[in-house]
Amino acid sequence: MGSSQVWLNLTLNTLALASLLAMLTIGLTLIFGIMRIMNFAHGALYMLGAYSGIAAAQLLGNFWIGLLAAPLAAAAFGSIFEYTLLRRLYRRDGGSFLLVTFGLSLVLTEAIRLIFGPNTRDVDLPSVLSGVVWFGDEPYPAYRIFLIALGIVVLASLAFVFLRTRLGLLIRAIAQNAEMTHALGIDVQLIRSLTFAVGCAFAGLGGYLAVPLITGYIGMGGAAIIDAFVIVMIGGMGSFFGSAAGSLLVALTQTFGNYYLPDFALVATYLLMICVLLCRPGGLFGEQE
Amino acid sequence: MLHIDGVEAGYGTGKVLLGVNLEAPSGQVTAVIGRNGVGKTTTLKAILGILPLAAGKVSLDNMDLSHKQVHEIVRSGIGYVPEGRQIFPTLTVLENLRVGQRRPPRIWTEDRLLELFPNLRERASNLGRALSGGEQQMLAIARALVTDVKVLMLDEPTQGLAPKVVDQIGDVIRRLKAEGVAVLLVEQNLNLTENVADRVLVMSKGKIVETVGIESFRSNGEEIRHRWLTI
Repeated sequence: MGSSQVWLNLTLNTLALASLLAMLTIGLTLIFGIMRIMNFAHGALYMLGAYSGIAAAQLLGNFWIGLLAAPLAAAAFGSIFEYTLLRRLYRRDGGSFLLVTFGLSLVLTEAIRLIFGPNTRDVDLPSVLSGVVWFGDEPYPAYRIFLIALGIVVLASLAFVFLRTRLGLLIRAIAQNAEMTHALGIDVQLIRSLTFAVGCAFAGLGGYLAVPLITGYIGMGGAAIIDAFVIVMIGGMGSFFGSAAGSLLVALTQTFGNYYLPDFALVATYLLMICVLLCRPGGLFGEQE
Repeated sequence: MLHIDGVEAGYGTGKVLLGVNLEAPSGQVTAVIGRNGVGKTTTLKAILGILPLAAGKVSLDNMDLSHKQVHEIVRSGIGYVPEGRQIFPTLTVLENLRVGQRRPPRIWTEDRLLELFPNLRERASNLGRALSGGEQQMLAIARALVTDVKVLMLDEPTQGLAPKVVDQIGDVIRRLKAEGVAVLLVEQNLNLTENVADRVLVMSKGKIVETVGIESFRSNGEEIRHRWLTI
């Protein structure tokens, strides 16, 4: 493989990984932006999406059904959690959210272990995604191209919603001043609940999409959430565009780092975060404190 | 007409309002004055539902608003301009206006508001944080009006503003009064109060302790100041 083909391969791998990371972190940052809570259960919801999607796909023998079931299951579970528990905590300090969401992540992880068992799980890709795409003489997995395309579509759609729709305007207003938005006649609770559900749905979708690459396993959420927190710190807490940029930077560091400096790759992501925070303490797109 | 009857409210378990009674009739400016900490801002927050009522009743045109949620109270026709303006800093002027806009706008359309506040038309695409204090105050008033208000509650609208801007705000309040809006004005600037108010309510220790017609306020202003406002 020539060096240009290596670079093409690494670049495409970076974009595919960035798409996956973006699905996870955009949900996290949406929830933080509008509710000012760091959802420690986000990783568990990522795993819930993966396992629900796998179960639906295996039950009906269709990968695409899993792609619908994963975000729906995570959104439904997240909505019940928000309605029954989180809503009671809005007037309390952030520590309450931390404890409750962390507790939920433990409960949910063990519940998934009890229901699905401790073994790893996989999903069969449809033929259109299981083949390869040829770049000259070099094959490249079609599934990763699908991830890149889906990531671009999702990010472009979300950017459109944020910048061009009334819902996006209200989300931005609530993120800046929820009490004032409420005092302008907006049902802030409704938008918060909706945003929480959408954030959870993205976690679930990200989990299911990751399965063909990493297989589903108990604890996959814990590994993913660490990357997600790093990305949110790099991009800026609560910033949608920061999450997208942070996902790309972390994916770039991990992919190229693993290829060129494999012994150094693990710390490279954290070094990146430290460098960004030293230069911009609020993150790339976050507000400076 | 906005009608407040025996309202008690506060923060946590501590009560600040100990039975507030007041009326704000349509087409009139009702000013509330008093020392810092007597409950003026708390009264506005209790009317709007930001603070829950411990007792009493809030009604607008005979519709009971007590214990309704904030957005329901605002949608029934009560607008609020908070102390400190609280503009959305990274939304543009137009976006600030559109947050609370009814669909479709009924009374205060965007064009009508921009005619009332011509400065905002020129700065329509600027971010809220790029506006001067006076422009931010105009935007805060316009943003409250766009919710199609019958009652507009203004909390210290002239705080920290230049005299020329205070005059402009006075003109806007008179215009709103002429349009039939009931204005409930909490204000420390007694010159503005004298110029725009129809009645002045004096508040002390969580209650309205005196109601004064504007002519009486103008003639006995010094005595009222001495009795209720000096420390």
